[in-house]
Amino acid sequence: MEQKKLAIIATKGSLDWAYPPFILGSTAAALGYEVQIFFTFYGLQLLRKNLALEVTPLGNPGMPMPMAMDKWFPVLLTALPGMQAMMTMMMKKKMAAKGVASIEDLRSLCQEAEVKFIACQMTVDLFDLDTADFIDGIEYGGAATFFEFAGETDICLYI
Amino acid sequence: MANFDQELDASGLNCPLPILRAKKTLAGLGAGQVLHIIATDPGSVKDFEAFAKQTGNELLESREEGGKFHFLIKKA
Repeated sequence: MEQKKLAIIATKGSLDWAYPPFILGSTAAALGYEVQIFFTFYGLQLLRKNLALEVTPLGNPGMPMPMAMDKWFPVLLTALPGMQAMMTMMMKKKMAAKGVASIEDLRSLCQEAEVKFIACQMTVDLFDLDTADFIDGIEYGGAATFFEFAGETDICLYI
Repeated sequence: MANFDQELDASGLNCPLPILRAKKTLAGLGAGQVLHIIATDPGSVKDFEAFAKQTGNELLESREEGGKFHFLIKKA
């Protein structure tokens, strides 16, 4: 049986949206897939050595908040200074309590399983990002690099 | 519970960690050897079925006991 292939485009740079690419990538690798993740725009934040990912309740009516705040707390007040930091702290605490892996762990599990990480060169240039801030073992490329692999895949996801 | 060669306690771990740990532990076993996995994630019941089906490793047993899920997987 030929090895199955999965390609993922990771475009988001928040704590909650950091999970799908790494969970799916590491699991697919465990199931025997060859996996590549292409990180573009805000998704490049997921490749930093020191992750500073946060989650925001602002503009997210689907986010459960403590004390059922998502039901009664005025949306505008979720923009108050400190709200994002507080929600991030609470989310991380909850994740640890529920045995959900950290992004750092899932990312290393992906790398151990030889999931290939490709960083979008154009975004790196656009935002003047310093590649020294990124983890080792990633490649830099563009859309054509992505399609070289994506065109051969069984599953291709945009996250 | 039938005999097994190695045990993996994935209690308290959530998706996809039990599967990832199992995959890693299985890599250290020889063909035909059996891994006993203990998990508390209710999603792991369906996940280990799917894992076995897709990797060719045989799921010999899957049962719940005392709030924990036990799996026996035979390495292909």
